[in-house]
Amino acid sequence: MKLSEIFSTAWEGITLNKVRSFLTTLGVIIGVASVIIMLAVSAGAEAAIAEQINGLGANLIIVSPIRGVPGAARTLVLDDALAIEKQVVGITGVTAEQLPPPQTVKANNVSLDSIPMIGTTSSFPSVRDYPVALGRYFNNDEDERKSKVVVLGSGLAKDLFGDESPLGQTVTIGTTKFTVMGVMSPKGMVADVDYDGRVYLPISIVIQKYMPTTLSGHVVRTIYVKAESQEKIPSVITQITSLLATRHEVLVSKPDFTVQTQKDIIATQEATTAAFRDLLAWVAGVSLVVGGIGIMNIMLVSVTERTREIGLRQALGAKPADVLLQFLIEAVILSLVGGIVGVLGGVGGSYLFGSLGSMRTAIVPLSIPLAFGAAAAVGIFFGYYPATRAAQLDPIDALRRE
Amino acid sequence: MSESLIEVRELTKVYGADDTEVRALDGVNVDVQRGEFVAIMGHSGSGKSTLMNILGCLDRPTGGAYILDGRDVSQLDKNELASVRNKKIGFVFQSFNLLPRMSALVNVSLPMLYNGAEKLSVKDRETRAAKALESVGLGNRLHHRPNELSGGQQQRVAIARALINQPALILADEPTGNLDSKSSVDIMNILHKLHQQGTTIVMVTHETDVAAHAQRVICVKDGKVISDGRDGHSPCLGQAVGGGNETE
Repeated sequence: MKLSEIFSTAWEGITLNKVRSFLTTLGVIIGVASVIIMLAVSAGAEAAIAEQINGLGANLIIVSPIRGVPGAARTLVLDDALAIEKQVVGITGVTAEQLPPPQTVKANNVSLDSIPMIGTTSSFPSVRDYPVALGRYFNNDEDERKSKVVVLGSGLAKDLFGDESPLGQTVTIGTTKFTVMGVMSPKGMVADVDYDGRVYLPISIVIQKYMPTTLSGHVVRTIYVKAESQEKIPSVITQITSLLATRHEVLVSKPDFTVQTQKDIIATQEATTAAFRDLLAWVAGVSLVVGGIGIMNIMLVSVTERTREIGLRQALGAKPADVLLQFLIEAVILSLVGGIVGVLGGVGGSYLFGSLGSMRTAIVPLSIPLAFGAAAAVGIFFGYYPATRAAQLDPIDALRRE
Repeated sequence: MSESLIEVRELTKVYGADDTEVRALDGVNVDVQRGEFVAIMGHSGSGKSTLMNILGCLDRPTGGAYILDGRDVSQLDKNELASVRNKKIGFVFQSFNLLPRMSALVNVSLPMLYNGAEKLSVKDRETRAAKALESVGLGNRLHHRPNELSGGQQQRVAIARALINQPALILADEPTGNLDSKSSVDIMNILHKLHQQGTTIVMVTHETDVAAHAQRVICVKDGKVISDGRDGHSPCLGQAVGGGNETE
């Protein structure tokens, strides 16, 4: 039998009962579509994380106290940042950050509770690639003199002053009055931090006024170092590590701080999302297998229903292999059609999810041939048993069956 | 003596084993010459169906030889049997066995699908199937489906299908069993015509008036041939089917 004939015979079998064939393929459609959507969702999540971390600024090196070591949270101090700035070669800037507990902010008869605050050094806008939109950032002098000046996030400025210019106005943070120097440019949410809803204060003031007593002293939460270029990063990391080890009197091999690049952080984040992605892919894969069992089930029913037809074909000269192929191809067509529709549905679904909600999706190109190939394999695997049942029928019994 | 198309020698078919052993065929010897029209008669359980299945290469005998068209086919495997059925034998069944969803033309074309030796284009096949349908008087019913045809017409489609690969032998199993008397006459006339054109026909029936159309009537009982008569002289025809006179 020619291949085209086998295909047309198998196709006739499928069109014999269109509703049933459709419902059978539905299992594969859902399986294939969910594989693609699941992978797109987790790839989208990964891309979002990578973008957020890259959004911290270019060529950034992040120094933070090591986690899980008692007392380490207090070892990173403002002087470390100054030392890095003075002694490390190949950098364009250093900034330190500290995050005090949120405070109530009042201005212009508006009072807002639980406003997050951040204390930074004056180089914050340049190191973090985050410019001021209106007015200016406080300078080094103002920081050192502990001047009561503040820069507002763009959203917060709107909330407090509406369309009025906030420059030169007074805001009360907790009980202290500050003068507004500037408004940051809009940035939005990055890594779960609302940059537009914060107040930006000189880190000296924050350390003096707003930190709980357990974190008193010139403790900082994070030091950001901007390298001159991508190529300088390794050397800068080595310098920072040995400098801080000396300053903290610890071994380089047993530091109480970590020096990471954005790449490191992305890799750590990806390890977490990869586990999540694998889980999703397995769940989707299981639904594909369930779809395959559906095909096997229907093919067995079909073989039973068409026993007489099989007997007739055998009497007319169909060899066991002819019958086997007819039913196997039928199963494969069902799953391939399911695969094609599933790919379309998966791609469409991924775009739909991406455009609808806050969820971000990125279709993984490899997932399409992967899901499609899996569908074909499912068809062959689960179609084989019913097809052998058909091929092994005895023509006499088959012809006698009603 | 003219050349035999079918030579059956000491054919046995045993079902089960030991205590439950049933000898459906017990040493059957039959020769059928080319161009003969033979009827096989017998009660149900006589072994005529088993004989028919072996003659049709649907089943293999337990013992003995079956030489069809000069070749011993008694021990062929499934694939070889399928090939013999396709090329040498045309089946006509009691219940027609047409595929309900397909036109007469497609039904008649079906055996050509499995004929690996002949590489015919789709068009050639259709032409050949159309010719076969014309030869049984259904030239104007090519695209009708079985449910749009009468019983007699359906059986004529089945005969056209049996003829399509130009087989050496037509095996008809109760070909008029599901038909009214007028259609039965039509079908028997077609078989007669085929016989006159030189086709070898072996027909199983339990109706004496149908068997009377054949040149030769073989009676089977308890797995043995009990009579074999020519030109209306079979004891089977005169009496109750499978009646006792041993004439060999």
